[in-house]
Amino acid sequence: MGKFRDGGKKEVPAISTSSLPDVVYMLLFFFMVSTTMKEVDLKIGVNVPMASEIKKLEKKSLVSYIYIGKPKDKFAKAYGTEPRIQLNDQFAEVKDIPDYISAERQQRDEKEIPLMTTSLKVDENTKMGIVTDVKQELRKVSALKINYSTKKGVRRY
Amino acid sequence: MARKTPDIPSASLADTAFMMLIFFLVSTTMDTDAGISRTLPQPVPKEEINDDQKIKERNVLIVLINKNDQLMVEGEPMHISELKKKAKEFIENPADDPSLPEKSVKEIPFFGDYPVSKQVISLQNDRGTSYGLYVQVQDELAAAYNELRNELSQKKWGKRYDDLDKEQQDAIKKIYPLAISEAEPKNYGGNK
Repeated sequence: MGKFRDGGKKEVPAISTSSLPDVVYMLLFFFMVSTTMKEVDLKIGVNVPMASEIKKLEKKSLVSYIYIGKPKDKFAKAYGTEPRIQLNDQFAEVKDIPDYISAERQQRDEKEIPLMTTSLKVDENTKMGIVTDVKQELRKVSALKINYSTKKGVRRY
Repeated sequence: MARKTPDIPSASLADTAFMMLIFFLVSTTMDTDAGISRTLPQPVPKEEINDDQKIKERNVLIVLINKNDQLMVEGEPMHISELKKKAKEFIENPADDPSLPEKSVKEIPFFGDYPVSKQVISLQNDRGTSYGLYVQVQDELAAAYNELRNELSQKKWGKRYDDLDKEQQDAIKKIYPLAISEAEPKNYGGNK
């Protein structure tokens, strides 16, 4: 014996929103945990090349970054358009690299020093000359583990 | 006289949480850092640089990139799309070609005695080479090694190289060791 509702007399109960904060908090925590803040304010334009055989950099705390690329437009007057090196928040020269590496090393535990990696974020249109200079400088201070930062992707020839 | 404390309204809780959520949404960068990892050679003092350590010519694949981003492999111009095939053939030397690297039998765990080729890939670039092409070449060479390792692992265990455990990976690494040597920088094409 089926019961039939006659007409739409019954009112739809209001949806309870009391669990909304919980949902939002869950999302919030997810983003708080997964977020990594931008490390530096880039003064140069860096468009890293694409590659397919890449490995993820593990242990971000052990990575120091060297950026190489053309100064952005607003700095072009002061620094020209030739590719420059940026360490932390400043423009730098090749000779500043040993100091930068030793400063980075001082912030780490002694045991972790051999595990430190230098990530080279270099614009794809940069000439190898400056990159080679940087690599030679890194060799001199025995920072031998490097990583050419790339995007994941398949290249077109 | 204890007065009844009024309930703190919690209606705005969602709003504050939303505000923080939006802040983190905006400031977050999800991209993990990835790239091609390499180990630089130990620094050599200038007076000790000598070219006496002769490696037989058949064991070396010479890859040159000039300042106009042109590629030359073993004395012949080549397009980058062919580099991987050439490198694979060089590393593996499947038919024991006398012009390709010689092999020496080594004892490898899991494999027993296995002929390991004495290959070295020598990569030289000019100061005027673009970084983009340099990375592409590094990538192609890495792809050649990875494909060979994968093929061997498929043949032996029916699994991809990445899915093997550490010891199996090490065994395969011994058979196909990554040997990309970069020359001490020279300046071929004048300044810049």
